[in-house]
Amino acid sequence: MSTTPIAYPMNTGHGVTRSPLASLRILGKETRYEFLKLLRNKSFSLAVIGFPVMFYLLFGVANRGTSNGNIHVAKYMLGGYACFGLVGAALFGIGVSLANERAAGWLELKRASPMPPLAYLFAKCATAVAFGLIIVAILSTLAVTTGGVSLSVVELAKMAGVVVIGAISFASMGLLLAQIVPANAAPAIVNLIYLPMSFLSGLWMPLKYLPHWVQRIGMTLPTYHLSQLMFRIFGYDDGSAVSGHWFGLAGFTMVMLGVSWLIFNRTQQNA
Amino acid sequence: MPAIAREREIRAAEQRRDEELERVDAMRRLQPVAMLTQVTKRYKATTALDGLDLALRPGEVVALLGPNGAGKSTAVRLMLGLIAPSDGTVRIFGSDPRNPATRMRVGAMLQLGRIPETLLVREHIDIFRSYYPRPLTFEEIVRIAKLEGIEKRRFGQLSGGQKQRVLFALALCGDPDLIFLDEPTVGMDIESRRALWDEVRMLAARGKTVLLTTHYLEEADALAHRIVVINKGRVVSEGTPAEIKGQTAGRKIRCRTKLDLDTLRALPGVTSVTEDRDTVVVTAVLAEDVVREMLLRDETLSHLEIASPALEDAFLELTASH
Repeated sequence: MSTTPIAYPMNTGHGVTRSPLASLRILGKETRYEFLKLLRNKSFSLAVIGFPVMFYLLFGVANRGTSNGNIHVAKYMLGGYACFGLVGAALFGIGVSLANERAAGWLELKRASPMPPLAYLFAKCATAVAFGLIIVAILSTLAVTTGGVSLSVVELAKMAGVVVIGAISFASMGLLLAQIVPANAAPAIVNLIYLPMSFLSGLWMPLKYLPHWVQRIGMTLPTYHLSQLMFRIFGYDDGSAVSGHWFGLAGFTMVMLGVSWLIFNRTQQNA
Repeated sequence: MPAIAREREIRAAEQRRDEELERVDAMRRLQPVAMLTQVTKRYKATTALDGLDLALRPGEVVALLGPNGAGKSTAVRLMLGLIAPSDGTVRIFGSDPRNPATRMRVGAMLQLGRIPETLLVREHIDIFRSYYPRPLTFEEIVRIAKLEGIEKRRFGQLSGGQKQRVLFALALCGDPDLIFLDEPTVGMDIESRRALWDEVRMLAARGKTVLLTTHYLEEADALAHRIVVINKGRVVSEGTPAEIKGQTAGRKIRCRTKLDLDTLRALPGVTSVTEDRDTVVVTAVLAEDVVREMLLRDETLSHLEIASPALEDAFLELTASH
């Protein structure tokens, strides 16, 4: 009386592939929870949204009557602080949070699970975009209601577009920072990069008021290119070629992604 | 009449025993669920694993023991597909552990520093459930991990033991066939620990495979069908808990006696003698013979205790000598 040994099911590959609908559902959940996670984290959400709003109220709305040539100061500041806010959302939302999750081992658990890695990256990127849009919405409302700024629907839509592009672009920088910066130091280091970079790119004050040597540094920065794209919506850019800014931003994104990829592969081998 | 009934009973019992032996034999002939073959993992300065062989079979609970730095977490991370070996092969369900289809049959509970604290328990489970093709129901997961009442609480507000239970839930939520538990009961109270042990036993009974790393030797003793002791990246010893315990220098006889240490050491079969406050501890493989001799020589002998070797002693001996 013998029983044939029951073959333990090996991976034949059938029944274990994911349908596209399931993948989309995972993407949706991952994004929703990533957003909620950051939103509920008061120290993140209040800072990332609060600082641009506070600065805009102090420097933009306070100057609601003044104009400089054809540049309405409050409107200029709207553009500047919208960029400032979205870059902050990307660098802190992705850079710092990813660095923390890596250090805590949470990222390892996610990688060991069947989670598609792209879903994770997409969720973080989409969350940065969402926060950027929230900041722009609040700033625009403030600008129109208390800043005496007039904004057309087209301008608003274009602003949203620049936010999406900028958030994705600086998300790649966040990705790189998360890999090279130790988690404890991440907030400080990100601030040390983010604040000077914002200032030097003319986000807080038009470049033409800064000394020449500062201007030359500023024009190489990705935040400068981003801000020029934003100011161009209102006609407030400095006249330089638009394609230059697109290439500058795209090139920056490629470099960030490329170096991230290299570092990631190297840590994989030494892990 | 009774004789015939008895005959039938005996034959039925024999049949059941044969079936059981066949099932065990069939299990042994089954393909291993996880296999590390001559795996070496080198880092720049150190060699974490050095020609390690390990096989896990369906329905067994294997405890991986070893001192810190022995290579336990490296072995686990290789099996989870988080790192790749420098030499040798890692096969989970016959394929590469980094294959997404493989990951859908694996669950892991790792030692984590922090996990997103602003998400609710329910939300964590929701995300992880979505990764798997045939996850357990939410209610089932809550029941197994004893999370009743805390589903809506933020992870950051949970106690240490509750956090461990959530991590256990995340490991199990996909109904995986292979589960890795890394120090699963650290910080848990006795009840939670016993409850987790019960769940692990039920997993094994359902044919799942569990690899457990733990520093609680009592846990390995209670749960494991097989213990694998590794040190410095190699397997040092392997066997059932009883077999591992049998590899110690013997059983411990503790008593108060007027016999001096040299006399005791000279007794046949004694491997070591130490003093512990007012008692003497004599280690011998054949404890009964030694005790007989001692009682003959000393009629005033009192407070006699004979203890079986603890897994701890076996473990310390095995890892000290390699």
